[in-house]
Amino acid sequence: MVPTDLLYNKSHEWIQINDNDEATIGISHHAAELLGDIVFIELPSLDDEVKIEDDIAVIESVKTASDLYAPLSGKIIAVNQKLEDNPETINEDPYGEGWIMKIKINNKDEVDDLLKSAEYQASIEED
Amino acid sequence: MLINQYHQNQPIKYPKIKDLPRQYARDGVIGLPNISEPQVVRHYTRLSVKNFSIDGNFYPLGSCTMKYNPKVCHSLASLPEFADIHPQTPENLSQGTLEILYNLQEDLKQITNMDAVSLAPAAGSQGELAGCLIIKKYFADKNETIRTQIIIPDAAHGTNPASAKMAGFDVIQIPTCENGDLKLDDLKQAISEKTAAIMLTNPSTLGLFEPNIIEISKTIHAAGALLYYDGANLNAIMGKTNPAIMGFDIIHTNLHKTFATPHGGGGPGAGPIAVCAKLKDYLPNPVIIKKDGEYHKADNKNSIGKLTANFGNVGVLIRAYIYIKLCGNEGLKRVSEIAVLNANYLKTKLEQAGFDIFQPKKLCSHEFIISFNKLKKETGVTAFDIAKRLLDYNIHPPTVYFPSLVPECFLIEPTETESKQELDNFVEIMIKINEEAQNNPDLLKNAPNNLKLKRLDELKAAKELNLRF
Repeated sequence: MVPTDLLYNKSHEWIQINDNDEATIGISHHAAELLGDIVFIELPSLDDEVKIEDDIAVIESVKTASDLYAPLSGKIIAVNQKLEDNPETINEDPYGEGWIMKIKINNKDEVDDLLKSAEYQASIEED
Repeated sequence: MLINQYHQNQPIKYPKIKDLPRQYARDGVIGLPNISEPQVVRHYTRLSVKNFSIDGNFYPLGSCTMKYNPKVCHSLASLPEFADIHPQTPENLSQGTLEILYNLQEDLKQITNMDAVSLAPAAGSQGELAGCLIIKKYFADKNETIRTQIIIPDAAHGTNPASAKMAGFDVIQIPTCENGDLKLDDLKQAISEKTAAIMLTNPSTLGLFEPNIIEISKTIHAAGALLYYDGANLNAIMGKTNPAIMGFDIIHTNLHKTFATPHGGGGPGAGPIAVCAKLKDYLPNPVIIKKDGEYHKADNKNSIGKLTANFGNVGVLIRAYIYIKLCGNEGLKRVSEIAVLNANYLKTKLEQAGFDIFQPKKLCSHEFIISFNKLKKETGVTAFDIAKRLLDYNIHPPTVYFPSLVPECFLIEPTETESKQELDNFVEIMIKINEEAQNNPDLLKNAPNNLKLKRLDELKAAKELNLRF
């Protein structure tokens, strides 16, 4: 089951809404499974302004290379630098140590369009 | 083991050359091993049988067209008249080779139905880059530098966006419908005054012919943009249709796929490009022209430039020419017919055996996709495990996890050079492996079990890249 306290989008990212309009972003366990062993991540640059659905990071696994899309518009305020040396952390702990970035949200309306955990769970069961 | 490690004797002593000026003489010993001829022969014979190759194994690697390479192409191309000629030999002393290159240009023009060909690109990827650079220069000449985008479907070969990016374009990705066709509405939405071109593979990497290709090309041309044809799947259509009548403006061919020259683990490849008349002057240099019965190297003034020092991979070009002549027009048509027949036979057989085929109702082209998603959910066995188990049965696995639209997939391309016996054998082995997956999944999880090298740690290999022995 996917964690119930997080929000999701269709491209398999999870979003945790924090205080001060900040959000932590990672990829779901399901996405990490699909990718297989992750060997490389190209993180976004700090302070970049991103628009929803922009490709902002690249994840490479033994199987494939995949873009990560911004689930919300805003400014990148933190990236998980530890992943550069240990990208496999995403496979091991996708919802914890494997977080990828934090965003300062600039359009709160977009949050309403994200998927609730039950909706996301249903969408991956369809696959 | 490296050949040097057999060396247990004294270093080889070479006779001193009397008149060699001192400053040119070697100081130390030369690092060649002093070993016997049988040691050398056994070493390389052992190495060669460790390798999986089309000469020893069925090799249905989708999108790669690993067809058998006729040995006569190799032996003729190895004749000293071809092999020993220096690229800088004066034209009047290399008319034979130039004639072959010219004829190959003409043959590729006929097969693709395009207006002009350059043999210069040394690989399919270089052909793609050349094509994208042509697009760039064409629009620069027309003062339409606003056209900065190339549209590419999500099922495309990874080289397409890479080539477009390298030529300085932005890539606009468009999705594919569930049935494998391009989403026309999304295409129309993606087109704007910024669109320079679309890059398409047809039949697509899903092994399906794009039924809306004429509408797509009309839409793209109406927007003033160009169509680029990734020729990776040309093996499915020769003599049946061609990129020109589909409306394409530029195409690269992969001689090492469709025209049976060696590839996989070295090649070298060759990726000639062909263009429509209005792009002729942009072709990479050199092109070979015929004038008064003689053949000459010629440079286009408006060319994107040179891609290789001389003519491209001439040895490979000669092999492809011989292959085309061996087959003849009817033969090339038959190549595509049998390639498509073999793929559809294998697809139907596997479907009857209970495997999940992507779009089973549709005729496939020269390749098709099966998915092990259900098997993975039931048994935990992945497409990757099945691929590794196939090695135990002396079969080179098909392409795995590509295209990424279909989860846990194999892309299978048997090619025209396989017999019915070989295809039936593959089906039997797949059925056996499927049973093993149900009854003894560990056998697959640990595969390959019978080879010298067992399951490799791909994660470590990718993270700690070490390319030296």
